[in-house]
Amino acid sequence: MTALDLGLPSIGGLHGVPTTDAKQTAKDFTSDQEVRWCPGCGDYAVLAAVRSFLPTLGIRRENTVFVSGIGCSSRFPYYLNTYGMHSIHGRAPAIATGLAVSRPDLSVWVVTGDGDALSIGGNHLIHALRRNVNLKILLFNNRIYGLTKGQYSPTSEEGKVTKSTPMGSLDHPFNPISVALGAEATFVGRALDSDRKGLTAVLQAAAEHRGTALVEIFQDCPIFNDGSFDVLRKGDEAASRVVPLTHGEPIRFGPAGDDGLGTYAVVQDGFGLSVAKTNEIDASQIVVHDATDHELAFALSRLSDQDLTHTVTGIFRNVDRTTYDDAARAQVQQAVDNAGTRGGADLNALLQGRDTWTVVG
Amino acid sequence: MTSSDTTAREVVSRDRVVIRFAGDSGDGMQLTGDRFTSETASFGNDLSTLPNFPAEIRAPAGTLPGVSSFQLHFANYDILTPGDRPDVLVAMNPAALKANIGDLPAGGMLIVNTDEFTKRNLSKVGYTASPLDDGSLERYTVHQVAMATLTRGALEETGLSKKDAERAKNMFALGLLSWMYHRPTEGTERFLREKFAKRPDLAEANVLAFRAGHAYGETTESFAVTYEVAPAPLAAGTYRQITGNIALAYGIVAAGQVTGLPVFLGSYPITPASDILHELSKHKAFGVTTFQAEDEIAGVGAALGAAFGGALGVTTTSGPGISLKSETIGLAVALELPLLVIDVQRGGPSTGLPTKTEQADLLQAMFGRNGEAPLPIVAPRSPGDCFTTALEAARIAVTYRTPVIVLSDGSVANGSEPWRIPDVDALPRTDPGFATAPNSPDGTEFWPYLRDDDTLARPWAVPGTPGLEHRVGGLEKADGRGSISYDPGNHDRMTRLRAAKIDGIPVPDVEVDDPTGDAELLVLGWGSTYGPIGAGARRVRKMGHKVAQAHLRHLNPLPANLGDVLRRYRRVLVPEMNLGQLALLLRAEYLVDVQSYTKVAGLPFQAEELQNVFLDHLDGVIA
Repeated sequence: MTALDLGLPSIGGLHGVPTTDAKQTAKDFTSDQEVRWCPGCGDYAVLAAVRSFLPTLGIRRENTVFVSGIGCSSRFPYYLNTYGMHSIHGRAPAIATGLAVSRPDLSVWVVTGDGDALSIGGNHLIHALRRNVNLKILLFNNRIYGLTKGQYSPTSEEGKVTKSTPMGSLDHPFNPISVALGAEATFVGRALDSDRKGLTAVLQAAAEHRGTALVEIFQDCPIFNDGSFDVLRKGDEAASRVVPLTHGEPIRFGPAGDDGLGTYAVVQDGFGLSVAKTNEIDASQIVVHDATDHELAFALSRLSDQDLTHTVTGIFRNVDRTTYDDAARAQVQQAVDNAGTRGGADLNALLQGRDTWTVVG
Repeated sequence: MTSSDTTAREVVSRDRVVIRFAGDSGDGMQLTGDRFTSETASFGNDLSTLPNFPAEIRAPAGTLPGVSSFQLHFANYDILTPGDRPDVLVAMNPAALKANIGDLPAGGMLIVNTDEFTKRNLSKVGYTASPLDDGSLERYTVHQVAMATLTRGALEETGLSKKDAERAKNMFALGLLSWMYHRPTEGTERFLREKFAKRPDLAEANVLAFRAGHAYGETTESFAVTYEVAPAPLAAGTYRQITGNIALAYGIVAAGQVTGLPVFLGSYPITPASDILHELSKHKAFGVTTFQAEDEIAGVGAALGAAFGGALGVTTTSGPGISLKSETIGLAVALELPLLVIDVQRGGPSTGLPTKTEQADLLQAMFGRNGEAPLPIVAPRSPGDCFTTALEAARIAVTYRTPVIVLSDGSVANGSEPWRIPDVDALPRTDPGFATAPNSPDGTEFWPYLRDDDTLARPWAVPGTPGLEHRVGGLEKADGRGSISYDPGNHDRMTRLRAAKIDGIPVPDVEVDDPTGDAELLVLGWGSTYGPIGAGARRVRKMGHKVAQAHLRHLNPLPANLGDVLRRYRRVLVPEMNLGQLALLLRAEYLVDVQSYTKVAGLPFQAEELQNVFLDHLDGVIA
């Protein structure tokens, strides 16, 4: 079923949300609450990026809502001067679903972490994604439990020594991008907390996407998992690990070669993908990114193990599919319209039903 | 078809009759009972019904676990229960006979479908000889009717297969009973034609079978007597027949109308609450949105999210579902947002008895959340009362910005009775009173936890309202301003404020029915025990004893006069379908030596049973 089948126009993620011409700044989106994350926490960078990015959307602040679960990242709503709810562990996607279905005039964002979204709240996450509710889910992945002081998370690497795993973690980690794609997500992106430009670009596209957008943000926990993404941050080594995606462009990365583009490229390898040196292959072998290709997105999510050897960033998938909330509202509207032709829904008629009898006093 | 009798037949008048239809799960006994109920309702009798069916959709055919029954009590006066024991038992197979014959009093009428009494079916349920032949049914008036054969014969010319034709035998039984009790038949024929509108051949077959059963009664000599039960003198008004789940769904629709709020139901299917989801999903024209969530937690979560957005959030559940929702209900207590939580109680613990009734969630509703998390609780006392109770729950939730738990149960949910249809225009309105402007003492800020002096309710400011942007959450909030607060004094104050808000909700005084005014025994109940307690009280009063009855709709807060009422009686008895949960609350709250009578058999109390319990207490037999 597509939007067209339902007679719904193909519209952007912010359609129906009131706009404003007034100039808004990051400061307008900053609440009076003191931010209480640990010094050096990646959450600060994400908060700064979001505060700067929200005013650029041109929507009214009061029509913006952030819903979070539990965990360090879930304190996020308190620091934004929008409407917000700091809810309970893992349930933010469910709560946000009810809000988004009943209020098409809101831009609804979910802030969650690797434990919140993928452990206790895994069920709600996958169902929000498959329904394609118009929500933007920011999954802060620091691969550790921070607020409970340092236990392994569902994205921690195997063998990780933590407070609860002194002999090393036995759990095989989730690949959040693969999980989201497997759950039929229509928009999946990834960015690094410190990459302000890349993060903002993914957030922008997510906001404009109508449907559930999952954005995984790699984010450092300086207390319990310090430096876990450092190899992706600086220098030639980082460049040879980070694989940025641009829809319609050949996927090249790494230090610039003779043609000014990356010295590495992503190529087909059987049913999957692998990395090759650009100068050792023909240009035609380089995979061109297509964000509408589900199989390509999945293969990209598994370009290497989750050991950060190759970490794909940007927008893996971005496709149109009818959103649950648009369709649900359309059904209600259709019923209201049908009743309208009969003079409106009549409570009296409903209560009377079809078989009544009258007792005369 | 006419209801007139062609042969001269004695017509006996009865004040009340109890009929039980029993058969295999696949025999359509619930539909049969439902139709007889509709015929009876439209005739103007008072009535009360008790469907009783297994949790399995189709247990192996012909076995005891697969037996499904529907009991209907109808009378020419106002009755209170579906009846203790049937006067007439219709048994469609040996299993139905074996499972139900123990309830039929000596002299009762037994109508059996002999076609199913084969050697194989008899041995399935452990009969070595057919009870139809071995004299074991001598104390009953037995009518042996080959219903399947007769139905097949009546449908011979329809071209339906033998199997399809025999499936209509429940309508044959219905036709026969409709003739015997002079029920109007037009409604059933119309119903069948509409139900099978897409299969006119099946519609015709069912109508033919129904008529064949009617004609069988009329033309054979085996039934010497028919019975009349005159209409009951109910209070003036327009009536319909209604089940508790339907009345509850209508109450929710009406709650949306009288508050002016869109209704949002978040729900996960669970027996016996699912019918509320089914019903509400039909009423989108009233601005009702229904969301079948991925689980119980998401159902209540989505409802709470919608409430944050300004909707009337509702969730429906039963049994283990209410446990799963506990954490979110606690969040709703902390957020102080309106939310309706409908718990159609069933037998527990764990999966328990999915299709059987119980009242054992009261203490969970009261206390089943971490921390001090008080909330209002209301309970309907009959199927029709579910409508009023849902409206009352919505009034409290919206006015006091709080989750409210409605404790229905399986017997109220599936049972039915005549319901006087209320005047829609007279339903009380509730203004949600959304916040629209800053409220801080200096008038510049919005303080989400600055309470109303009267109600102690906090303002409900919905997203989209400029200038009132605020954050709520499960962390403790500062009194007034609403920012996060770990201050010890603030937490103590907020805990007491939340409790005082609920304790201060005005609820109507409990009314005591004490006809002579000097009874020494008060029987106090809550929820679905209203009917059986009232019927038991009538019986002992008829015997010349004095007993007072009172019934609670509001379980939290309790009516302000309850303590005085309890202390006025020498003995207070609380019958409950649990092990004494209300009694525990009353003893703790009022230091009154409340006596319990408890049963958790999955079925409602019987009038005779309570009569004997009341007599024992009156005699002082039970210390």
